[in-house]
Amino acid sequence: MMKLLAALVALAALAFVPAFAGPYPLGLGIGILGYGVLATAWAMFSGPTRYISLATVAFFGLGAYTVAVLADVLPYPLVLLVAALVGLVVALIVGLATLRLAGIYFVIFTFGLTELVRQLVTYYEVNVTRTLGRYVFLPIGPEHIYWQLLALLAATLAIAFWVSRSRIGLALRVIGDDPDVASHLGVRITRTKLTLFSISCVIMTLAGAIQAPRWTYIEPSIVFNPTTSFLVVIMALLGGPNRLFGPLLGAIPLFLLFEWLSANFPNHYSIILGLLFIAIVFVLPNGVLAAGDSLWSRLTRKAVRP
Amino acid sequence: MLLSAILTGLVLGGTYALVAMGLTLQYGVARIMNLAYGDVIIAASFGAFVLFTALGINPLLGMLVVIPAGFVLSWLIYAVMLQPLARRSRDRGRLEGDSILATFGLLFVIQGVALVIFGAGFQSYSFLAVPVDILGTTIAANRLLAFVLAVVFGLGLWLMLTRTRFGTVIRAVAANPASAPLVGINVDSAARFAFALGGALAAAGGVVVSMYLTFSATMGVIFTMKALIVVIMGGVGNLMGALAAGLILGLVETLVASFIDPGLTLAATYLIFLAVLVIRPQGLFGKAAR
Repeated sequence: MMKLLAALVALAALAFVPAFAGPYPLGLGIGILGYGVLATAWAMFSGPTRYISLATVAFFGLGAYTVAVLADVLPYPLVLLVAALVGLVVALIVGLATLRLAGIYFVIFTFGLTELVRQLVTYYEVNVTRTLGRYVFLPIGPEHIYWQLLALLAATLAIAFWVSRSRIGLALRVIGDDPDVASHLGVRITRTKLTLFSISCVIMTLAGAIQAPRWTYIEPSIVFNPTTSFLVVIMALLGGPNRLFGPLLGAIPLFLLFEWLSANFPNHYSIILGLLFIAIVFVLPNGVLAAGDSLWSRLTRKAVRP
Repeated sequence: MLLSAILTGLVLGGTYALVAMGLTLQYGVARIMNLAYGDVIIAASFGAFVLFTALGINPLLGMLVVIPAGFVLSWLIYAVMLQPLARRSRDRGRLEGDSILATFGLLFVIQGVALVIFGAGFQSYSFLAVPVDILGTTIAANRLLAFVLAVVFGLGLWLMLTRTRFGTVIRAVAANPASAPLVGINVDSAARFAFALGGALAAAGGVVVSMYLTFSATMGVIFTMKALIVVIMGGVGNLMGALAAGLILGLVETLVASFIDPGLTLAATYLIFLAVLVIRPQGLFGKAAR
């Protein structure tokens, strides 16, 4: 109960940030919230199952593109709904094809999915609509985007919390530990994985849709940038994909680092991030929070044993 | 038109098969799912490109430099980066996850280095771009050479794996890494060698690619993807399967590009992949992959 209260107070405090923050800090806030949502949604599925999804930006970009295409035609809430549906349909196609098989097929499928979606969208725009770039003119200021993302992040964390406490989350963890045991226990493996994967993908799609008005100009090479998928995985891994706040805690320092790197080393940031990524896989296989816990328990054990 | 499309498709398919053989060695023997594989290919293409344009060295001779370089680089990558992961992980699933993540990071490192040196533009050079008549249709001599090279390397690898003692060791590790030590096989060094050999094949594929295709620093992902699809279609660890699957993929891509739309080749590739996953996930010729 106290924790819930603290969370609500923190949420309310964060909602007042746009009132006094300047445009640059507000932009940083939007970036952190956006990546926080993506990393939390990624970890919701990929953390317990260890099915590493490399296609975050495919869903993110689909959301942004849906807004770019439909913004002039439909009212904004309806556009978001359509974006969520598009994400759901693609997630179901990917999931139905790969999630009944071993994890490796899923990873391979998602590895090329971004490139596939990018090429298909480009093909459609070039051959059918004959416009490659699109402009998004919506009466939505940065503070509105900030609030929407904050709401989405709160919803994502709430879902992740609920999942970790519910039967489906337990089923997912059993699947991650040992799929054979899970099926003997009567867990419907494919359905469980598909449900969680779809939820996670719809959230990613919405994160893209909400941030679309920020770009003003949208084209496939901008919204389907593979670096985004890469960043999301590294953020979730740094914080720890099996903790509720792990991915969010990973997103904050890495987003700031990425901002700094892309401003100061625009040509070398992917090398630096790649090396950092490898280092994290080596040194912190379960994330900073888990490493902190084990260090803490080692320290306290030493204190007990004089 | 159809015949020339089929010939072009076979050439492309031969390259895919060659490249996929290297990946199937790395995944089947060393148990490493190498997402940076395509970037090793592109690095070799750039190597051949630099040797040809800056030093005037014929790519065939350039292979004598590039292929050993690919071998050494992959050997080092395995020894420095992947072997500690392999030692740390008790079961295969854990190693698969860790190696996917580590090579995913490596992908961005290699691609980043290529971007810094060569930029994001497409590169190519003109080598043996003379037309040759075959069965009444014309094809560039460099494409023909690419196909011959793919056949030679594929055959050489197959003979090595089936006819030599060393090949038997590699196949034993692929078949059962837990039992291989019981007959006196050093699994660590066999896996390291297989990974390096896969890297050498990737480098050979990269030189072949550079002879007849335009390439760019960010294209590695596409090559990795296609090699993975070929490996899965052919069945993991199955060289002949990789050959057949590579040819099928090359043919389908070229036919789609010449008769439907060049923008849809990757979609066609994915459609085949989807069909294989739904109908025969163990591969066209393979046994079930775990």
